Amino acid sequence: MSATGVREAALAAPTPVPVRRRRYRAPDAAGPLTYVLLVVTALLFVVPFYYMVVAASRPMAEMNTSPPPFLPGPDLWQNITTAVQQQAIGLSIVNSLIVSGVTTVGTLAFCTLAGYAFAKLRFRGEKPLFAITIGTLMIPPSLGVVPLYKLMSDWGLAGRLESVILPSLVGAFGVFFMRQYLVQTLPDELLEAAKVDGASQIRTVVSIVLPIARPGMAVLGMLTFMTSWNDFFWPVITLNSTMPTVQVALNNLGSGYVPDTAVIMAGTLVGTLPVIVVFLLLGRQIVSGIIAGAVKG
Amino acid sequence: MSTPTASPTLGRHRQPVPEPSPTLRQKLFRAEGRLAPYAYVAPFFLLFLAFGLFPLVYTMWISFHRFELGSDPEWTGLDNYVWLFSNPKFYNALLKTVTIGVLSTVPQLLLALGLAHLLNYRMRARTAFRVSMIMPYATSVAASTLVFAQIFGRDGGLANWLLSLVGLDGLDWRNGDLSAQIAIAVIVTWRWTGYNALIYLAGMQSISTDLYEATALDGANRWQQFLHVTLPGLRPTILFTVVVSTIGATQLFGEPLLFGGVDGGALNQYQTLGLFMYQQGWGFGSLGRAATVAWVTFLLIVVLVLINTALARWRDRDPEGARR
Repeated sequence: MSATGVREAALAAPTPVPVRRRRYRAPDAAGPLTYVLLVVTALLFVVPFYYMVVAASRPMAEMNTSPPPFLPGPDLWQNITTAVQQQAIGLSIVNSLIVSGVTTVGTLAFCTLAGYAFAKLRFRGEKPLFAITIGTLMIPPSLGVVPLYKLMSDWGLAGRLESVILPSLVGAFGVFFMRQYLVQTLPDELLEAAKVDGASQIRTVVSIVLPIARPGMAVLGMLTFMTSWNDFFWPVITLNSTMPTVQVALNNLGSGYVPDTAVIMAGTLVGTLPVIVVFLLLGRQIVSGIIAGAVKG
Repeated sequence: MSTPTASPTLGRHRQPVPEPSPTLRQKLFRAEGRLAPYAYVAPFFLLFLAFGLFPLVYTMWISFHRFELGSDPEWTGLDNYVWLFSNPKFYNALLKTVTIGVLSTVPQLLLALGLAHLLNYRMRARTAFRVSMIMPYATSVAASTLVFAQIFGRDGGLANWLLSLVGLDGLDWRNGDLSAQIAIAVIVTWRWTGYNALIYLAGMQSISTDLYEATALDGANRWQQFLHVTLPGLRPTILFTVVVSTIGATQLFGEPLLFGGVDGGALNQYQTLGLFMYQQGWGFGSLGRAATVAWVTFLLIVVLVLINTALARWRDRDPEGARR
């Protein structure tokens, strides 16, 4: 049987029909109180974004009045221009795109391969190696920053984007995530069929594993990009104001001696905009990704 | 509870076929199949060795040295540890880390539990609600802290204006002691509540319907079901979020840094362990001392995680009605 034949057979096979038990608890319909509580919470979560816009669009003096203004003012463009000039926000956005982009590509490539190996291949040392992988999730990132900083200084990479990219090219979470995804979506029969057809491992990965892994990779890619874009601790330590990522630039903007809140908010708005856009476009997938990556009981 | 990961192991029985001696091509083919798994996991482990495990061990070694950047490390034995444990600023940072950690983790997880329960109802605009819950999670530490610094401003801040509506005097949030810690805890809670709610939601959806039906037959109301079915079923998930939040709380760095600089306030009111480490290493240039702080923090995390796990085990020992 050809590989595609098996795949179609697997897809066409009826999923076991739940006879009497359903997996999910069919939730009851929400009452009015539930809606009220959820709307209030949603507002609490979203209002700070609106306030960011308000504060970014007014002169600083107006923000210090009581009551504070509630509507956007006319100075948005001017404040953004000042912010961009002050802390190289433009450069920082390019830098963040480079760092997040490379990190995402590396994570996707390495984590998918490792996840596939742990999900479907049997090899000596598999179990202890996977246990180590999960164990690394427990190690806090701050523990290693002193030697990492020395390492990067010795290699002449401190202050350069490489120092941020290299340590985050692969992550235990990604390996775990891709393993879970492939265990559930990649049928063993398909791999057997490929083997019978005489496909090499590399061939199998390229023509069977990667196409099936793609939706999972998309979710992991979004999560990685977001995490990388928002990373703060290590970039603040290793990068300086001549080569900042967005977060480092925002930190510099916020720690000036005479902080101009309007300019700070304008910079924050510009630095947050890409994430908000990604979010409005892909929010639904991000939610399902977080739920899928969650530890279930 | 079990996860739906059981994959069918059909076609696993292979029969050894007697073959003539393999050609070179066949040998290569087999070697490729045998080595491939190692090649696939190699990048992760190489990078982990270089940037995860090596720094871990090296941090300990550095903590026994006097080490300033640009000069060679000089062995000083336990000097750094003696310095640390006789330093009142360390105990201050430890205390602030604990108080801010409790102030942020406890409300965050309780709120998340309630929210997850609400999100689990059948309703309109479900996805929109779920997405709005994690908007804060998508925002960076820097952005959220800067916005909240504005909200908690002394003059004309949103928080003080709200206080004035209910007839209370405004606070100088940033320069207070407890008030600054509460403000920081609010930022942390704002960012992480929705994320944890989604994790709890995922856990709730994997609890079997049978249990709810059985307790409903026994006459349990909604609240009793929540107590005796949902909570016990969520126990592993709750433990997971408690451990992750505890680690997160000991690592708190960006929020206090952006709220008031490396000192964590004029009187170190909110100087966390992370900030203290950063101040020693990159403020004062003493990387040996920074490494010592990092190691002690790590040991603290290990102890906290062990306590959490032990508590969960201990709680597990008294069987609740809902367990089979």
